[in-house]
Amino acid sequence: MGQAAAPAQKQLGKRRWTFYALSAFFVLFVAFLYGPMSAIYVLSFQGPTGGLTFPMRGYSTHWFVALFEQQRTGDFAGAFSRSLMLAVVVLLVTVAMSVLAGLAFRRRFPGSTFVFYFAVASLIMPGILVGLGVGLTFQLLDVPTNWYSAALGAQLTWTLPFGLLIMFAVLSRFNRAFEEAGRDLGASNWQIFWMVVVPILFPGMIAVALFGFTLSYDEFPRTLLTAGAKNTLPMEIWGMTTNVTSPALYALGTVTTLVSFFAITLALGSIALIQWRRSRKLVSNESATVEIGATQ
Amino acid sequence: MNDSNKQITTMTTGKLPTAGRGSIELAGVTKRFGDTVAVRNIDLKIPGGSYCCLLGPSGCGKTTILRMIAGHENPTEGAVLIDGENVVGEPPVKRGTAMMFQSYALFPHLSCADNVAFNLKVRGIGKAERRERALEMLARVRMNQFADRLPAQLSGGQQQRIALARALITSPRVLLLDEPLSALDEFLRLQMRGELRRIQADVGITFIHVTHTQMEAVALADMVVVMDQGQIEQAASARDVYDLPRTGYVARFMGGQNVLSGTVVQNDGGSVTIESGGKRIRLSAPDTPPAVGSIFEAAVRRDHVRLSRAVSESAQPATNAVAGRVSGIEYQGTWLKITLEDACSEEFVVNLPDSLFFADPLTIGAPVLAQWNTEHVHFLASGSRPGRGAASH
Repeated sequence: MGQAAAPAQKQLGKRRWTFYALSAFFVLFVAFLYGPMSAIYVLSFQGPTGGLTFPMRGYSTHWFVALFEQQRTGDFAGAFSRSLMLAVVVLLVTVAMSVLAGLAFRRRFPGSTFVFYFAVASLIMPGILVGLGVGLTFQLLDVPTNWYSAALGAQLTWTLPFGLLIMFAVLSRFNRAFEEAGRDLGASNWQIFWMVVVPILFPGMIAVALFGFTLSYDEFPRTLLTAGAKNTLPMEIWGMTTNVTSPALYALGTVTTLVSFFAITLALGSIALIQWRRSRKLVSNESATVEIGATQ
Repeated sequence: MNDSNKQITTMTTGKLPTAGRGSIELAGVTKRFGDTVAVRNIDLKIPGGSYCCLLGPSGCGKTTILRMIAGHENPTEGAVLIDGENVVGEPPVKRGTAMMFQSYALFPHLSCADNVAFNLKVRGIGKAERRERALEMLARVRMNQFADRLPAQLSGGQQQRIALARALITSPRVLLLDEPLSALDEFLRLQMRGELRRIQADVGITFIHVTHTQMEAVALADMVVVMDQGQIEQAASARDVYDLPRTGYVARFMGGQNVLSGTVVQNDGGSVTIESGGKRIRLSAPDTPPAVGSIFEAAVRRDHVRLSRAVSESAQPATNAVAGRVSGIEYQGTWLKITLEDACSEEFVVNLPDSLFFADPLTIGAPVLAQWNTEHVHFLASGSRPGRGAASH
């Protein structure tokens, strides 16, 4: 142990200059990434008499309270709940369709190349044009646009290709022998799907879900012309930046960031929870069997 | 073609178990993948309850045959019969087959016990009974203390035992093993080899084992099927395949044999002289001597050859002898592998007992005469395709 640690310590003392150069670069990167946002988080705790810029005039949660008073800052609560609901629906549709499409793409069906490029092309298309197209189509058909109809469809053109690409990466590591083994052991196609394919792909599905949720939650260009009369949260924030001149705007930034972190924590937490429960189940069973093993 | 294959399958002179449960017959089976032919019009009978090895280089079609028996692939033409019943189109469990995959394909999210109990679960058997029977099966492969581990927590050899238990719990009449030992290190491979044989004897069902390792097949199998390019070169007992190879291909592939092949230049009743690699070699002739100008092939086992120092290199070699120079000496413990050059058209190897070698050690470059007895000349089927020898040992 001591011998193994010695060379490591020696290396620690004599780092090459590139280590320090790269470390400095990384610190700068982090500062650029989080610096502007942390200014917003700090300013959101501005005192009741404070303004949009530093210095701070005391500290309070005054602007968080103000956020929920509709008459002053717009319909934040409504926009927030609409965005959440929309993101959850987008998440569910994206996961279901990406998994099924990913499985379908494993066999080269006629026109699969065309379908793939067609799906991925919508990633390259400017979002505002997609939104405009969807909005115009709804107008032509004389159907009113709504966040739960036109905007949902417009957002899916954005999340589905992402989900599909993630599933491609996940499935490239998925051994077909798992399904054959399931078949060999007498499972029906349905049983193979639910008892073998879904559990093995589950971590990948969480990644798709996370993408689907976050892409939808802060989607702006595709939603702008398709959401109809009621705003989603990004549009509400956009509106506020032009007519709200109080730190409530910053409070909003802080709250939405917290929601994003919550979503990520939920996703990672659920993976960790599954693994923990699995290992705990195994350990509790093992304590009984280890003794049997020890006598052998 | 069809006739010659039938002849091969009946050429089994060694002892094979007489028909038990799980006999397999392939009748005129061809498998094409697009334009490529993986398996070409194969006829094969495997007796029930036997341990059969499908042996051949990669891409010879052995795995395709296994997968067609398993029901993971359908033959383009022909029939697959298990216990006399055509099973083409039937799902694996209905066929009474179970497969052990090369990668083991253990479900990573299930514990070993749950992996083994998978078949019971899809059949709707209750939790308590599932666990009990899974533990029983795990005990059979000596893995019961690992019942609650995940497959990722096990070594390769342990994973393999779990895969074996998972396959056996379906009570198959045929177990199909796709290169089961290829992922293991040498030590484990030998250990698992014995284990597989023990378990096969224990459960008494047909085992069909795909491998590209000659010694593995010879050590394990009642019946060895040597394949090349989608066709069966020989299907016989392990001893026959090793000792009495049918063709030059089998002799070269199995190793342990020197193949003497060349054009017949002289034929005087008692002996036949062939020209091989610019050298003339005289061999004792078979009952029906080959015509002058035809291709003739014979095999001599490496350990049936005697070596003596050549008095003079120009001396006309006697019948059943080749002259050459030592080009390689490899110590193998109880014997030495002596490679000769300039002896015939291909490498000529002599396996010499160590006591004999060390009594008068040879050196590289020494001119030697290799001789063998008439009864040790084994004539190979004409019409074999020379120059396709695969592995050399």
